[in-house]
Amino acid sequence: MTEPIVMYKDVHKSFGDVKVLRGVDLDIKPAEKVAVIGPSGSGKTTIIRMLMTLEEPTSGDIIVDGKNLWHMEKGGKLVPANEKHLREVRGDIGMVFQHFNLFPHMTILENCMTAPVNVQKENKTSAKERSIEMLEKVGLGDKLDNYPSQLSGGQKQRVAMARALVMRPKIMLFDEVTSALDPELVGEVLEVIRDIAKEGEMAMVLVTHEMEFARDVADRIVFLDNGVIAEQGPPAEVLENSTNERLQSFLHRFRR
Amino acid sequence: MITINAIADIFPVLMKGVEITVTVLLASIVLGYFIAFIAGFGRLSNNVILRKFTGFYVEVFRGTSLIVQLFWFYYALPILFGIEIGSDFWAGVLAISLNYGAYMSEIVRGSIQSVAKGQSEAATALNMSRFQRMRLVIFPQAVRMMLPEFGNYLILMLKSTSLVSLIGMTDILYYGDILRSSNLSQAPTVYLLVLVFYFILALPLIWLTKKMESISKKGVASQ
Repeated sequence: MTEPIVMYKDVHKSFGDVKVLRGVDLDIKPAEKVAVIGPSGSGKTTIIRMLMTLEEPTSGDIIVDGKNLWHMEKGGKLVPANEKHLREVRGDIGMVFQHFNLFPHMTILENCMTAPVNVQKENKTSAKERSIEMLEKVGLGDKLDNYPSQLSGGQKQRVAMARALVMRPKIMLFDEVTSALDPELVGEVLEVIRDIAKEGEMAMVLVTHEMEFARDVADRIVFLDNGVIAEQGPPAEVLENSTNERLQSFLHRFRR
Repeated sequence: MITINAIADIFPVLMKGVEITVTVLLASIVLGYFIAFIAGFGRLSNNVILRKFTGFYVEVFRGTSLIVQLFWFYYALPILFGIEIGSDFWAGVLAISLNYGAYMSEIVRGSIQSVAKGQSEAATALNMSRFQRMRLVIFPQAVRMMLPEFGNYLILMLKSTSLVSLIGMTDILYYGDILRSSNLSQAPTVYLLVLVFYFILALPLIWLTKKMESISKKGVASQ
């Protein structure tokens, strides 16, 4: 059996008095595609934000490629991670956000190039080449010198994916990437994700409300409810044969 | 009465004050912006002492009068603490730049804080360090928000330079006052010309402000 690339071990997260996650255990294998579904407020987004180091767990451990993400060893003891440690461990993780978060002061090409050049210290020529290649792949090869404000929502989200992919992550996180889009633009974004998923090398965690899409793309669906994983398994099993009542009523609301 | 003859007499005298007004202004602009950035970043620092200290500075200099600050630098500090600013020029420049630096540091702080949180998060997701996030993502966007406000303060600073005549510096207003005291009937002509001088000096600053506003509109989030 292959070692998981990500392991959540009894992870809890509270915001003030509100307990969002109450003990999550989750293993993700390399190249595995996991869709996380659940009612709003169930902690789906928090799960991937902690992996991207945007939110610190209240307790528990997250192991990435054998390394403890939020703790590091110092003098034989585990202490909270510093910035340097976080940067070392999160280097293989990329993320696409619900609201795109493109850099508005940079062109599309600069958006993609800035991290390879400044973070990974790749030379400009090759970073530019790879960025153009990636933007062509998401169908935006003709928009290189445009600014984000000149693009539609769907185009922005495709740029955001290209920007993340140029970093060659081993794990890609998708945080409700179609929720902020007009309905007619959802398709083009899902299409790109399907293509990426087919290539297969990356592990992907998709927080989504698109059930049909989750069924198509994911190897496994995780149903999060009330801060714990209430059900998980292959898509067909989870979506059709589960006896979990909360999951049934959740899915029912989607099938109206 | 305002006559052409009087204007011809007064104009060259006021001209002598332009150099002082302009040098005090330029020095205050450079030092004022420098202080604004230092104090602005100081208030955003993780270091509590630095944050409290810059906060104290900003409130003291915003909360007290510029003229009084000027008199402190020129008259009070040398006597109280034996601190010699060195010259009336530096007393004037320090008072103006510390005063406006305090106001402008709030623009620096506010602009940096108003860059959307998602920008910093996206930069983190690209594995940028804290410094890279600021340099590549946050600061370039914040500067665009600062520019229009900074332009306004340029013009305000120009007008505040006239206060240095009160500590005996020979700027435009100083010569105007001299002319008025030697011939009170000329006062209307003198002060009309003084206004014209300041307005002409302000013109390039007004132009610069407009220019800064148009720069700041380019490539900014439309959300």
